[in-house]
Amino acid sequence: MSDSTINAPASLAAMPSKRTIDVVNAGLAKRYRAEKRFRIYGVTAIILSLCFLTLLFVDIISKGYTAFWQTKVRIDVHLDPEVLQGENLQTADYPGLVKKSIRNLFPDVQGRKDRRLLNGIVSSGAAFQIRDLVTANPDRIGSTVQLWVPADDDVDMLMKGHMPRDVPEDERRLNDKQLAWIDQLQREGRLQKTFNRILFTVGDSREPELAGIMGAVMGSVYTLLITLVLSFPIGVATAVYLEEFAPKNPWTDLVEVNINNLAAVPSIVFGLLGLAVFLNFFGLPRSAPLVGGLVLTLMTLPTIIIASRAALKAVPPSVREAALGIGASKTQMVTHHVLPLALPGMLTGTIIGMAQALGETAPLLMIGMVAFIVDIPGGFTDPSTVLPVQIYLWADSPERAFVEKTSAAIMVLLAFLMTMNALAVFLRKRFERRW
Amino acid sequence: MNPTLLLMLLLGLSAAGYYFGRRRAFAVAGGPKKLSSLHSRPTYYGALTALWCGLPALFIFAGWLILEPNIITHLVVEQLPEEFQQLSENQLNLLLNDVRNLVHGNIVSGEISDAIRSAADRYRHLQAVSNVSLSVVAISVGVLGMVFLGSRIAPGLRARNQVERIIQYLLILCSSIAILTTIGIVLSVLYEALRFFKAIPFFGFLFGLEWSPQMAIRADQVGSSGAFGAVPVLTGTIMISAIAMCVSVPIGLMSAIYLSEYASSQFRAFAKPLMEILAGVPTVVYGFFAALTVAPFIRNLGGIFGFDVSSESALAAGLVMGIMIIPFVSSLSDDVINAVPQALRDGAYGLGATQSETIRQIVIPAALPGIVGGILLAVSRAIGETMIVVMAAGLSANLTANPLQAVTTVTVQIVTLLVGDQEFDSPKTLAAFALGLLLFVVTLCLNVIALHVVRKYREQYE
Repeated sequence: MSDSTINAPASLAAMPSKRTIDVVNAGLAKRYRAEKRFRIYGVTAIILSLCFLTLLFVDIISKGYTAFWQTKVRIDVHLDPEVLQGENLQTADYPGLVKKSIRNLFPDVQGRKDRRLLNGIVSSGAAFQIRDLVTANPDRIGSTVQLWVPADDDVDMLMKGHMPRDVPEDERRLNDKQLAWIDQLQREGRLQKTFNRILFTVGDSREPELAGIMGAVMGSVYTLLITLVLSFPIGVATAVYLEEFAPKNPWTDLVEVNINNLAAVPSIVFGLLGLAVFLNFFGLPRSAPLVGGLVLTLMTLPTIIIASRAALKAVPPSVREAALGIGASKTQMVTHHVLPLALPGMLTGTIIGMAQALGETAPLLMIGMVAFIVDIPGGFTDPSTVLPVQIYLWADSPERAFVEKTSAAIMVLLAFLMTMNALAVFLRKRFERRW
Repeated sequence: MNPTLLLMLLLGLSAAGYYFGRRRAFAVAGGPKKLSSLHSRPTYYGALTALWCGLPALFIFAGWLILEPNIITHLVVEQLPEEFQQLSENQLNLLLNDVRNLVHGNIVSGEISDAIRSAADRYRHLQAVSNVSLSVVAISVGVLGMVFLGSRIAPGLRARNQVERIIQYLLILCSSIAILTTIGIVLSVLYEALRFFKAIPFFGFLFGLEWSPQMAIRADQVGSSGAFGAVPVLTGTIMISAIAMCVSVPIGLMSAIYLSEYASSQFRAFAKPLMEILAGVPTVVYGFFAALTVAPFIRNLGGIFGFDVSSESALAAGLVMGIMIIPFVSSLSDDVINAVPQALRDGAYGLGATQSETIRQIVIPAALPGIVGGILLAVSRAIGETMIVVMAAGLSANLTANPLQAVTTVTVQIVTLLVGDQEFDSPKTLAAFALGLLLFVVTLCLNVIALHVVRKYREQYE
């Protein structure tokens, strides 16, 4: 001890260059550089992730915004009484009428092959449009009507600039003749881009220009209704039991560990459960929103339970003690005082859980909601698909036009999700109470 | 009566029971002025009546709907002519499908014989009988419950205590659903997987080097013998997850550090919700992005540098999966970094450490168990992620370490094996459940370890 106290000043005096402050000063510049580097790493990480986010959104919007418009062709259809006679207006030769009116536009096109190419300019949906018109107004048979009918998806892609004109003819889906016809139609003012109503009003189709998301949206609505009706009460009840009533025993511990684990089980495993239990064991129908809702309920329950428990925990014990103190029973204390205070938090958790369920795809593939379904579902047991699965199906389709449709469907899905999340944030901001 | 209508009716009946019970309570007490003679408030008498009226009827309703199809099918099969009874189980199922399609007015396969037509008529008849009897039974049980309780309402009836006990039981029932779900997962996956391991030896599955699940359906088919060695599938999963972690861990961790240690509160309030948007984007959107934008980009980039990149490369799927997991890693690390006590930082500053030195040498080591736990959770999520790999990774099970080639993953194989028509006794379908079991066990272990580590760590500083 005494040695060092005596020697210390002497050694410092002997070696003035080794003072601590000098050591510190010598390393300071390097340390500040390291500090700066570290900060830059952090900023870079954040900028990178924000870049990914922007890239994702820009990519999807740039691919899909054109899908909200659709190219239409004006044709003059003569509703020939000879074709449209007879009892059954449903089965008349409407495609023939369409072909005839296109041929009238280009009288000098000869040969079977060229005529087939020419007919390909107009979508096969045109015939259905005429059928609906005739069924609704049978008195117009015999007259000539002017109709805007959807163009074929290749024409649509060309008009929107997704199909380059300057590549060799055999690498294009439209050949030079077709391009010339399309140019002629455009000069005559027979091509027009209008708002794409088909996208929002009909179900799926093999023809991109006739495919819509309405069937998938309705499927999602039915599925989410089931999920909401089941998962909200069950989730809240479980949270209330665990937080307010459950005795501290191994059973309660087991339930808690279970819930935490279920929250992290891959979603596809819930799909396997749905397939084995709901479809094979209980014999529920395939592809039905009912089964989808059941599977998604099991999947979102942990989210809702965990959020509801957090909301219950945030209610201060003084509220409970005051209620018990004036003679309320435990159930009365919970239902009259704790639950109303915790409800906004529970609702927020439920909305977030619903948003998760809305975006979920994998488990629904397992229970057959991946089928090609044209009709818009009208109930909980009708075969249907949901919006994310529709996106998956379209993304797999080879036509260029489906890329645009897929992006549009993604935008609709994201719009729904953002609305739900904004609602959750609003609820939290509006009803949040700090105790 | 259709089930929805019956359900509505039962709910309406319970509501009626509530008003009936409440009025009985008022009547028994002898007017609104003398309510103090009752044991409970009148609403409790109403609630008790409603519960007695609705609950048994609802249980009967649910049980009936679950059992009904099986019983009817059984009765229909019993009445089929002798030659149909001899059919194998599969053929019988096909036949029954025809019968059901006929009942529902769908298109049936092939010609309809008289026997099938009469079976369909019988099916329809039984269904009608069952529907009517369900309605009668459920409604009469409801009314009986209401009448029974109505007769017992007296000032001494401890209605509140009984209602509260029933509510308690209902709460316990709800909370046991979580357990039932886990049991359901384990049993369903295990049962089918065990059937698979009867056909394919367990160790052959776990250590086999070849995966080609296409089985010959007919004996004379060529080329598809079926090989169920999971190693190529597992290495593919590990490779894609590893790529994802290489992207997400540095970016997620560094952004968490910056946001919690350096950023001003305004910047934090701006950047954190934006990063959380990444977590809210559905995986199918990432899959689309990976398959249509990232994969072609990487292939073209590789073409420039002379690499031969597959159009379904592991790199594309892994990169996009990494982007998806960034917010997951960052919010978990953010939590644990914030949980490190300020006193530790102040101590380091007091000794003259710079901020980055404090973070690297004090905060990170202190938060390490929590961060590791968070990363383990992220790994388990990467392994279980489905849509990105289904859309952007390949189907062929290559045993390779080259991230530019196509590989396949456990989840991709489950989806491809189970989507579409399947029969439940071919090893091809059952293999999906064996893979599902593997996936469940691996993610469960990761989760248990991670949750344990995180909780241990939290307790340390609380």
